[in-house]
Amino acid sequence: MTIQIRKGKRATEPQCLGSQRSLNSEDLLFPNQTGDSKAAVYFQLSNGRFRPPPAHRLIAHHIVDTIAPIFFRVSRTMWLPLRLTLLLLFLLLSPRALLRSGSAAVVSGEEEEFHEELLLKPLPDRKVLAHFHFHSIAPPSKSNGRHHHLFPKAISQLVQKFRVKEMELSFTQGRWNYERWGGFDPISSNNAKPPGVELWAVFDVPEDQVDAYWKNLTNSLSGLFCASINFLESSTMYSAPKWSFRITPGRLRYGTLPREAVCTENLTPWLKLLPCRDKAGLAALLDRPSIYKGFYHSQRLYLTSNASVPAETVSGISLEQTLTVVLQPNSPSSSSIHSGESNFQPSWSLSSIFGRKISGKCVLAQSSIVYLQLEKSIFSEQKDNMDNGPNSLASEGFAGGSGFEMSLDPDIVIEEENQSQHKGSSVLYGFWVEKYNESQPFDLGLKWKYPVFWSSRQAPLHASRFLMGSGNERGAIAILFKSANSADSSSGSRHVSDGCELQVDVFQVVPWYIKVYYHSLQIFVDDEAKPIGDFVHKIQVSPSKDKTSPGMMEMLLKLPCDVRSAALTLEFDKGFLHIDEYPPDANQGYDIPSAVISFPSFHSVMHLLSNDSIRKSPLLSRFQEKNRVQSYTEVLLVPLTTPDFSMPYNVITITCTVFALFFGSLLNVLRRRVGEEERYLKAGKKKGWLRVLLSRLLAKLRGKPMEEPDQPSSESAPLIGKKLVLKVILVAVLAVAWQFYST
Amino acid sequence: MPTANTEEENSKSELQKNHGGGGGFTRWAVVAVIFRLALIYFPGNLNLSSRPEVSTPLTSIRRLAEGYWLKQSSMSPYAGSMYHGSPLLLSVLGPLTVKSLVFVLADLISSILIRATGRKLQIAYRKSLKSLNLLNKSTDSGALSSGDIAALVYLWNPFTIVACVGLSTSPVENLFTILTLYGAATGLAPLAAFGWVMATHLSLYPAILIIPVILLLGYGPDAPPSKLFRSKEHGKVGDGKSSQEIIFSWRRVFHLLVWTSLWSVYVLVLCSISVKQHGSLQEMFQRTYGFILTVEDLSPNIGVLWYFFAEVFDFFRDFFLIVFHSNILFMILPLAIRLKHRPCFLAFVYIAISSMLKSYPSVGDSALYLGLLGLFLDELADMQFSFFLFCGYVGVSLLSPVMHNLWIWRGTGNANFYYATAMAYACFQIVLVVESVSSMLNHDRKLTKLSTSKLQK
Repeated sequence: MTIQIRKGKRATEPQCLGSQRSLNSEDLLFPNQTGDSKAAVYFQLSNGRFRPPPAHRLIAHHIVDTIAPIFFRVSRTMWLPLRLTLLLLFLLLSPRALLRSGSAAVVSGEEEEFHEELLLKPLPDRKVLAHFHFHSIAPPSKSNGRHHHLFPKAISQLVQKFRVKEMELSFTQGRWNYERWGGFDPISSNNAKPPGVELWAVFDVPEDQVDAYWKNLTNSLSGLFCASINFLESSTMYSAPKWSFRITPGRLRYGTLPREAVCTENLTPWLKLLPCRDKAGLAALLDRPSIYKGFYHSQRLYLTSNASVPAETVSGISLEQTLTVVLQPNSPSSSSIHSGESNFQPSWSLSSIFGRKISGKCVLAQSSIVYLQLEKSIFSEQKDNMDNGPNSLASEGFAGGSGFEMSLDPDIVIEEENQSQHKGSSVLYGFWVEKYNESQPFDLGLKWKYPVFWSSRQAPLHASRFLMGSGNERGAIAILFKSANSADSSSGSRHVSDGCELQVDVFQVVPWYIKVYYHSLQIFVDDEAKPIGDFVHKIQVSPSKDKTSPGMMEMLLKLPCDVRSAALTLEFDKGFLHIDEYPPDANQGYDIPSAVISFPSFHSVMHLLSNDSIRKSPLLSRFQEKNRVQSYTEVLLVPLTTPDFSMPYNVITITCTVFALFFGSLLNVLRRRVGEEERYLKAGKKKGWLRVLLSRLLAKLRGKPMEEPDQPSSESAPLIGKKLVLKVILVAVLAVAWQFYST
Repeated sequence: MPTANTEEENSKSELQKNHGGGGGFTRWAVVAVIFRLALIYFPGNLNLSSRPEVSTPLTSIRRLAEGYWLKQSSMSPYAGSMYHGSPLLLSVLGPLTVKSLVFVLADLISSILIRATGRKLQIAYRKSLKSLNLLNKSTDSGALSSGDIAALVYLWNPFTIVACVGLSTSPVENLFTILTLYGAATGLAPLAAFGWVMATHLSLYPAILIIPVILLLGYGPDAPPSKLFRSKEHGKVGDGKSSQEIIFSWRRVFHLLVWTSLWSVYVLVLCSISVKQHGSLQEMFQRTYGFILTVEDLSPNIGVLWYFFAEVFDFFRDFFLIVFHSNILFMILPLAIRLKHRPCFLAFVYIAISSMLKSYPSVGDSALYLGLLGLFLDELADMQFSFFLFCGYVGVSLLSPVMHNLWIWRGTGNANFYYATAMAYACFQIVLVVESVSSMLNHDRKLTKLSTSKLQK
């Protein structure tokens, strides 16, 4: 409760402790208990045979495991040669496929593993990127059961219970600056996330149950990470993208909370998943004040599980936790030769950025490596400088006299294969942290000797999004693509390829109260309105339903390669909500989540010159995976009109008064009689049948002939007296009857 | 003076009047059409199509375009919460590039039908007055007959023009409502049935017009209370006018019912054909009638329900939905009993009430009943507060956009400002309905008085 008050989160956030307790309790369900027992048996057999090495042969092992049930009836003598041939067959297949399936394959290893890595990278705008990468692997095995040595139990239970095949959760503060910090490298494609919380998950359940599982998952994660993820439970908050968000189809659900505040209370449970917490190893660097004062902060959790394991065993899970921060090193005004230079890259060290040093690795980690990534263009520039510059610089520095100085000697240098003419290939310096200890802490420092300039590699198009129009009734969303390399493409190098096409995937979710008119989609290429059919190759829309589901648009654009700018506009009407649906700060406005822009024909992949150490490093193998270039646009803030929250009673009473006025006055007019009609009415009334009946009855009782009721005035007094008596008798009879029947 | 007029003179002058009036009408109608076209081709279309007064969620042309786009991209037009109209409208209006001409045409046809209905009513009115020997009373009714005036009021009403130029679908809905009345007034049961089925299909509320249509077909057009004829017969036996005795013709009503069922089956089949690919009839009913009855869309309009349901507590919502809708239904029976001898006027009152209390009213609905009001000029000649009402309508229609602008666009106003104009508008409509009913009843009283005084002479 105190946490909520401190951070000012939404009031309905669940109690973190309660949810965690329910997660840790032992009565988690394991559906599908009656699985394929044969496969499980084989699994044990093969485990007894030989221990597979952890690298590429392991994949073959995995494949054999999956195919095994088919061949199980083959005799055991036949089995070994068959296995070898399969192995060979697999090795003949492309090595790229091998790498891609690497992360999934590692899962089927024997023991739980934990790797910790840190990548440091100076950014062109005098900032430093620190990317922590923690990788935990739990192998699928029966022996482990529900017990783990290193792997976080909460996550494995989550995966088991909700049948999660793949999941990514990110908490982000700040916006990734694609123009300056790069938009093409693996870090920006994988780790640059939209502000707030983003969650997507692929489930291994039938399509009709996915929503139910998603709802349970959001509530569990909400408890686990002390965040308002449970708001994603409502069907207005999540969507099911078909093809634009991820290439691989699946039972995917996607939801974002753009306004979620991210703070230490989200980081602490995230750190709890690490075996050493933040007590030892690289995570010890995470000094809260220094990482939260940065420009960008994104903590991310990505897990995959090989769901196709037999039910007896616990499925293997690979958990990848990354923390990406962009920090500004507080540079002491550079005391070197170029002290007057304002664009001098600041020198920094780990202790100056984080205020801490690394005192050795986390003892439970298999590997603990710190990488420093530098752009190759620095070196080329250096060479130019060397040609005409003073020779004194050559004697200093590390890599053949570069303009910088590292305080420690790297243990390994990895270069990126310069496979294309694209600039932006880089050099990685690796440092083994295990060599350092308490007495000799690891404190990497980087010192620049003279100003260097470089630019990060950009995605082919830079996407931004903005709102158009004014007022609170309607508006338009515009997505603007600008060619990132407009300067060099204008030279004409690309004009040669005339049929060249640039594919752009747009995935946009819009909340239901932004009522988008999809027919108003317009496309402007190079500032000219063009027919949609020329560029929109494929479009899929699921329009929003009021209070039920958000609107989702998936679009595949094919733009010519030499396009300078392209813009999409969509008009919308702003909806009006019920008074209860407005949040407490209704006048702040509403967020439209980021659109996801991806370029299917571009892949952010680092081709590192192969080395044995690369294989071991999950971070580098992740970098070598082929992922498409992806970027997120800005979150839009839409102000909505508000009603007067203070006077529901007034509105109800005044409206009802008007209705009463209508009803009353119209009925009054209809039944009003004037003048002669009044008299007719009175005359008519006197001849009411009850009265006639009564007078006849009276006449009979008296034994007199019935008299005309024309002159009732003369006899009115005695008549009334008798009537009164009659009435009293009637009431008395009724009362007696009531008494009689009610008892 | 009253006795000087002979029958022949009467009919002659009537003919002349009609002829002259007809020329006037044609001229003004042509001018009205040209005026509309000029406004439509005004640059930017005056932004009328997105005004809340003109386009409600039911009648907005942008929503229709969205529904058509969804249908073209092989989805249900009712996917999402954009389109709530008829699938037939979608297939007729959707592919048209110049939709505005349809609405201009609809307005023109509506006015012609109103004129024809008015002429029919006037003839019937004269006939019945003649039979009561009261004809002198209303022969001096200006240069134009009430039908012409009603048609021109409909054509030149700023509300109608705005609804037509703003490309809302209400001109089409109004056309079918007027067609129903015309069919019933001329005794054409199939036409009346077609109009009624289409109008109900398009906007649900004209369903209550079935009562005036039955009365109109059964009793014939508006007449003074039948009591008068009877008392007159009592006074003058052997006048040879005993055939005037009004009989309810069940045959026509039966025809109407048969035709109604035929047309509704036809419309349903057409609808199911057009929604078959991507949806079902059930979805259609949910998205059209369900949307009307449950007041799902809370965007501001000139009615009173949107703000009420935006503010009312959620657990009372169903209760008030029932109360407000039954407010329309409650008044059906008392009005039908009291005004059964004037079915056309009854229809006018029903239309006015429903356009006041409907979930998503627009100025197009007001245009319809204001046009029909012109039909009863002679009867409502001594209506009270008519100048006050006129000023009220003008004032509200000027203030309402100002308040909307202050609230939505400038942000200096408040929702209550706009809501206040909606309340005022509702009050003026209430006064109009109540006063017109009251003066119609007074008119009948006057006729009674005159005829009885004549009998006593």
